[in-house]
Amino acid sequence: MPLITANDAAFAYDGQIVLSDVTFTVNQGDYICIVGENGSGKSTLMKGLLKLVPPARGEVRLGDGLSQDEIGYLPQQTLIQRDFPASVREVVESGIRSRRIFLTRGDKKRALDMLNLLEAGSLINRSFMELSGGQKQRVLLARALCATRKLLLMDEPTAGLDPVAAREMYKIIEKINREQGIAVIMISHDVQTAALFASHILHLQQTPLFWGTAAEYLETFPGRKFAGGVCDV
Amino acid sequence: MFDWLFEMLSFSFMSRAILAGMVVSLCAALLGVSLVLKRYSMIGDGLSHVGFGALAIAMALGLTPLPFTIPVVILAAVILLRLSGNSRIKGDAAIGMIASCSLAIGVTVLSLSKGINADISSYLFGSILIMSSSDLRLSLWLGVIVLLFFLLLYRRVFTVTFDESFARATGMRTGLYNTLTAILTAVTVVLGMRLMGAMLISSLVVFPALTAMRLCKSFLSVTLTAAAVSVTAFFIGMALSYLFSAPAGASVVLVNAGMFLLFSAVRKVRMMS
Ligand SMILES: Nc1ncnc2c1ncn2[C@@H]1O[C@H](COP(=O)(O)OP(=O)(O)OP(=O)(O)O)[C@@H](O)[C@H]1O
Ligand SMILES: [Mg+2]
Repeated sequence: MPLITANDAAFAYDGQIVLSDVTFTVNQGDYICIVGENGSGKSTLMKGLLKLVPPARGEVRLGDGLSQDEIGYLPQQTLIQRDFPASVREVVESGIRSRRIFLTRGDKKRALDMLNLLEAGSLINRSFMELSGGQKQRVLLARALCATRKLLLMDEPTAGLDPVAAREMYKIIEKINREQGIAVIMISHDVQTAALFASHILHLQQTPLFWGTAAEYLETFPGRKFAGGVCDV
Repeated sequence: MFDWLFEMLSFSFMSRAILAGMVVSLCAALLGVSLVLKRYSMIGDGLSHVGFGALAIAMALGLTPLPFTIPVVILAAVILLRLSGNSRIKGDAAIGMIASCSLAIGVTVLSLSKGINADISSYLFGSILIMSSSDLRLSLWLGVIVLLFFLLLYRRVFTVTFDESFARATGMRTGLYNTLTAILTAVTVVLGMRLMGAMLISSLVVFPALTAMRLCKSFLSVTLTAAAVSVTAFFIGMALSYLFSAPAGASVVLVNAGMFLLFSAVRKVRMMS
């Protein structure tokens, strides 16, 4: 049963199509990596899947087993203002979708568990605006994890991380995907590493150039060209 | 020593104005935290100008002011919110245009209608004498609604304020919260405008939040501190205005400014030590 289906979807800003002919499905447990140059439409597609940008053509459908409030999302270099007064605890707990006024003890523990999973548990009482870029990224990923048990969308989760931390982040994401069965859709510029962990690759260039398994991708032209260093220059 | 305090409160119009004003200050501060953090503080200012225009028209037509003004300002609030959310139109410039037009309409209407003897300055800068007991009742109701809004939806208010696209992506109806905030702000502005004046009311929205943010680093502490600062500043401002026969609205604004400077100084001292 698919979690999300995009059917011949196109997306536009102010009537200008920036991405078209997108057809693919996300199934339970998938680990999909979206790659492509700057401005190729990766973030737009992710926003489309999240219904933040409506499709100009075609459709994006959530599967029967998935409702919008069961999705976790890590925005790209988020637009949150630098001087927003919030504690790390407040930020992470805001990922928990609950109608209660006060969170239950279980909810609070879940928030701390997610932070610990990202090895950022010690930050919980810190002020969010005083964290480094990489620490912020972990906290926001913990928030995204709190929001979902099924599907996690991440827009460049390793941006701003040092190489060691980035590697660590890939491992953690892989673990989440494998152990908790959470499907992952991730945007990355680090094609080689991404292809190592991902099950599927979607390569965009205003339209999908490639959609298939990671192994196939590494065999094909765009894969080789892209993985072969265009990115690493 | 505090005889004057009891004397002040013994005037029923005074105690009415103070009670209503404290409730309005509380609401303005709570809503202000979200508005300031979302860079929407212009909306408070725009609404007060629209409120002035609407009030003037209501007076000229001989309508009871609040039932006419409140719906007009609510409508304006929803429109202004759309404008500032729309990146294609220059939101702040549009708000400025609407604001000054409303002000111009208000001034024109007031000076053309001969039948009105209330002077313009009491609308622009407020008067504690025009607070009726029905205004007080409305203020109390507003207070109850805003407090309930914050108590019941506090977590969601934080989520939407902190990161609206995350909130929307994870299934929250952010439009609903924004609209609700705009409506409550509109009512707060209209009620506060009578006391504080159209020119000064927006400071009740902006100052407490900025003051609290000088020292507080979590959303909860900012919210609570802003509320406390706002209510305290209002009371002190009224007391000072009574003692020195100074205009009430202006006194409250000056006390708020004083609080801001005080908090800033404490922050400086803290950073140095
Ligand atoms: N809010 C917007 N309004 C108008 N055009 C936009 C908007 N957001 C993106 N675009 C345009 O859509 C195209 C795709 O942008 P998108 O952000 O999806 O790229 P991307 O693949 O995520 O790039 P990057 O690697 O730099 O993050 C770009 O040409 C961009 O200029
Ligand atoms: Mg992007």
